[in-house]
Amino acid sequence: MSKLFSEKTKQVFLGPLSKNNPITVQVLGICSALAVTANLKPALVMSLSVIIIVAFSNVIISLLRNTIPNRIRIIVQLVVVAALVTIVSEILKAFAYDVSVQLSVYIGLIITNCILMGRLEAFAMANKPWESFVDGLGNGIGYAVILIIVGFFRELLGAGSLMGYKVIPQSFYDAGYMNNGLMMMPPMALILVACIIWVHRAKNKDLQEK
Amino acid sequence: MDALKKIVDKVKPHFEKGGKLEKFHSVFDGFETFLFVPNTTSKQGTHIHDAVDSKRTMIVVVLALVPALLFGMYNVGYQHYLAINQDVNFFETFIFGFLAVLPLILVSYGVGLGIEFVVAQIKGHEIQEGFLVSGFLIPLIVPVDTPLWMVAVATAFAVIFAKEVFGGTGMNIFNVALVTRAFLFFAYPTFMSGDAVWVRTGTTFGLGNGSIIDSFSGATPLGQIAVSPTTQVQLGGITGNSIGFIDGFIGLIPGSVGETSVIAILLGAVLLLVTRIASWKTMLSVFVGGAAMAWIFNTIGPDTAAAHFPWYNHLVFGGFAFGAVFMATDPVTSARTEKGKWIYGALIGIMTIVIRVLNPGYPEGMMLAILLMNIFAPLIDFYVVDANINRRLKRATIKK
Repeated sequence: MSKLFSEKTKQVFLGPLSKNNPITVQVLGICSALAVTANLKPALVMSLSVIIIVAFSNVIISLLRNTIPNRIRIIVQLVVVAALVTIVSEILKAFAYDVSVQLSVYIGLIITNCILMGRLEAFAMANKPWESFVDGLGNGIGYAVILIIVGFFRELLGAGSLMGYKVIPQSFYDAGYMNNGLMMMPPMALILVACIIWVHRAKNKDLQEK
Repeated sequence: MDALKKIVDKVKPHFEKGGKLEKFHSVFDGFETFLFVPNTTSKQGTHIHDAVDSKRTMIVVVLALVPALLFGMYNVGYQHYLAINQDVNFFETFIFGFLAVLPLILVSYGVGLGIEFVVAQIKGHEIQEGFLVSGFLIPLIVPVDTPLWMVAVATAFAVIFAKEVFGGTGMNIFNVALVTRAFLFFAYPTFMSGDAVWVRTGTTFGLGNGSIIDSFSGATPLGQIAVSPTTQVQLGGITGNSIGFIDGFIGLIPGSVGETSVIAILLGAVLLLVTRIASWKTMLSVFVGGAAMAWIFNTIGPDTAAAHFPWYNHLVFGGFAFGAVFMATDPVTSARTEKGKWIYGALIGIMTIVIRVLNPGYPEGMMLAILLMNIFAPLIDFYVVDANINRRLKRATIKK
């Protein structure tokens, strides 16, 4: 057991949650963060899909890492990711059709998500399967946290609801309150991500450039 | 003036280092330099000094905006009493508009300056004066019926995200007042377009009670063009009377508070040009670019109402004149090289007409055109300077 949760593994898991977050620090995977966060539900499903895909593709590539010829490694990685993405996509179509329609091409586009290729290249190709799995989980969750925060605020302020349920009472609207249409547009996701980065860097002074 | 100076000097020690109100130093400093030109000088480098610092510049712009504001107030009252078909005297009309517009000004200044003061305190800066003009512009470029909380939210958004994050006054890429309007436009589209917001039909502080006439139509001229099914539009005022170029020039038509009257805007333009605060090159080239583009659409454009709208009318309706005089010439966000100003201005005029004519979703293109060109201003400057360097380099090369 001691090997499972060694200090290094812990770092591998916790790093991406904060100081090495894929979205706020490495600024990867921004496109999907803009596209799927207009409502909380697709953001959640997208997060879950990315966590699963990045964790398992990390494991598979890590297992294969010594047998993959260096010159064609990107193709091999893509095949593995594509296979996993197809599986997730089919499962979503079977069991959560409406969300899958909302997410449209973005599940398929996980194949090209920068976080995945980054983790496979930078970590799974050089580490053992267990560490790679933990690294995938960490990065997936780090991505998910940001998506969920952005999705939360966009749906709350843009549509007055969460997970499709109205949370802002009708009396507010009667008093003159209105949903902010800008929240529903992709630019606002960028501004929200920027706000998260702002808060994050204000709290972690070592992330600030001199 | 002397008495005022004495008071300022008397309370000054409290705000100096070691005084009991030391932490409000930046607030005091803001007021002091607002009232009197500071007597401090820069410590390094060579500077040319004159009495016109940026606070004095801002005040001249504010003065230039006063005619548009006063006319806007009168027009708000005028449109209102026209809509409820009551005949009131000049004074009552103006008071109605004054009371309708005043809250917008107070909210815009209150929120914007509040944020400026807080930021100045946190950063330990002196208070920056840029918001003096932005806060005055905001009420002039929104419809009179914009809810106050929306103005507050939009102002806060613009001051924080379009100005403070870039480093405060003088560092912003986008015109702050236009970002406020753009935020309102995209966040609350029902309150920034259509035909229900341009004329105040309700009462203001209990004034102007009455029922709206049957033939009332609150659409702005450009709004009417955008929804017109035919290619030749007869523009109408709010009571259905037909209006034309002269009405657009005088400005007793529905629209954002300060944008309707070209006469009032030109009065401001004269002041800005005489004091040389705004560049005549930018102003002129916006009008020339807009007129030329509109003329091209008139001649060979698509078969729509907007394309057939005569080019001279494009210049007097909507926010064209206001944007050209007060927004495009913003010294911070516009091009700074002399050649660059021509290019910058002309492209604003061209883009405005292109947006108006080719995108029916945006009947008014001025705001988007200026914001778009704000992005390109540094690029234009870069190439103008670069071309100049190359030209001179060529001259300097020794021929073999």
